[in-house]
Amino acid sequence: MYQVVVSEFSTSSLYYAEKKEKLKLYSYWKSSCSHRVRIALTLKGIEYEYVPVNPLKRDEFLKINPMGAVPALVDGDVVVSDSLAIIMYLDEKYPEPPLLPRDLHKRAVNYQAASIVFSGIQPYQNTPVARYIVEKTNAEEKTAWVNNAITKGFTALEDLLVSCTGKYATGDEVYLADLFLAPQIHAAINRFQINMEPYPTLAKCYESYNDLPAFQNAVPEKQPDAPASTS
Amino acid sequence: MANLGEEKKEKLKLYSYWRSSCAHRVRIALSLKGLEYDYIPVNLLKGEQSDPDFKKINPMGTVPALVDGDVVISDSLAIVMYLDEKYPEPPLLPPDLHKRAVNFQAASIVLSGIQPHQNLGVIKFIEEKINSEEKTAWVTNAITKGFTALEKLLVSCAGKHATGDEVYLADLFLAPQIYGAINRYQINMEPYPTLAKCYESYKDLPAFQNAAPEKQPDAPASTS
Repeated sequence: MYQVVVSEFSTSSLYYAEKKEKLKLYSYWKSSCSHRVRIALTLKGIEYEYVPVNPLKRDEFLKINPMGAVPALVDGDVVVSDSLAIIMYLDEKYPEPPLLPRDLHKRAVNYQAASIVFSGIQPYQNTPVARYIVEKTNAEEKTAWVNNAITKGFTALEDLLVSCTGKYATGDEVYLADLFLAPQIHAAINRFQINMEPYPTLAKCYESYNDLPAFQNAVPEKQPDAPASTS
Repeated sequence: MANLGEEKKEKLKLYSYWRSSCAHRVRIALSLKGLEYDYIPVNLLKGEQSDPDFKKINPMGTVPALVDGDVVISDSLAIVMYLDEKYPEPPLLPPDLHKRAVNFQAASIVLSGIQPHQNLGVIKFIEEKINSEEKTAWVTNAITKGFTALEKLLVSCAGKHATGDEVYLADLFLAPQIYGAINRYQINMEPYPTLAKCYESYKDLPAFQNAAPEKQPDAPASTS
């Protein structure tokens, strides 16, 4: 897309400047996966267009993202879905601030923490799974199932991070682990009423995000598609 | 003659279970990079991952776990990324940003979309709380959804392997997953020609063949 720019130095010449297409994020306010990506975008100061995914207009979304999964990032011709893939893409394309520390072992801890969340907890609490459990058993069983997944995951995270935590999960800078922790803890507290007392390291990290605009602006209740009653 | 002190490099140690698809991924990575390691079996069926001795080494109590001197890393993605960063040849991620993203996406579909729904803890729960048929349906459903997504993702960028003509991260996650789907859950691969073709391509690669479950030291004799 081209925009005509009139030079302030010359009234007789016109030159064209290429207007950079804004990134688009297809998101759902409540999705913890979308939440992670929102934090990353804001941390890196990247402007984006928030496109809420309307479950009633899924066909349109499938044309853009055949994966059909949210979040999805559109960067010109490139479409990336999956929160880990999107965050790694953003970190490689827009390296400041870096989302991984320099130290190899600390990088590994960040990947581990992210993995505990996205493969050890979130798959067991997402809506289709929860619905399935309720259908096949009952609501109490579902609650126990989700609580069990979160408890096991949070116990593992507490053990993992207790010896390398600083102001944030893996030191005094925000890194990948924090982007996965914040939405998970937010959901655990707000949706599943998990008591954070057994996890002081995680609770302290979560508190520390309260001072960070990148985290505060990404919360579900502040998204354009959040129902008015949640704000 | 002066005796030069030589620092003996400690061999990598991999705590593994022959049948664990997560350990399988790491075994491929180690072989691809030509890294020697001590294979230390942890029997998941017997619950050895909860043994206090193992937990002293790996407080996470999970397999696989990699020990590199003082450093202990668990979780297959974290281990594979650590290995790739410490031992960069051959690289497990392509130079192109978009292709790198496709590799992470593919790994993620396996890591978060399929494997969590077929691991021991989950299938035990379903068998106990519901029944055995439901457990099979649950796992089959997870694999079907995941393979459908992978097929869509890779159909336009697959080459000899998942994302081109070189082996990358996606292949390390695909191979064990497809192996498990075919051998343990009798999944029919016909609806997934791209995935099937990738799987065929691994048959010619020693790094993949040597990592197969039945070739591991702790595999029961009857499986070889």
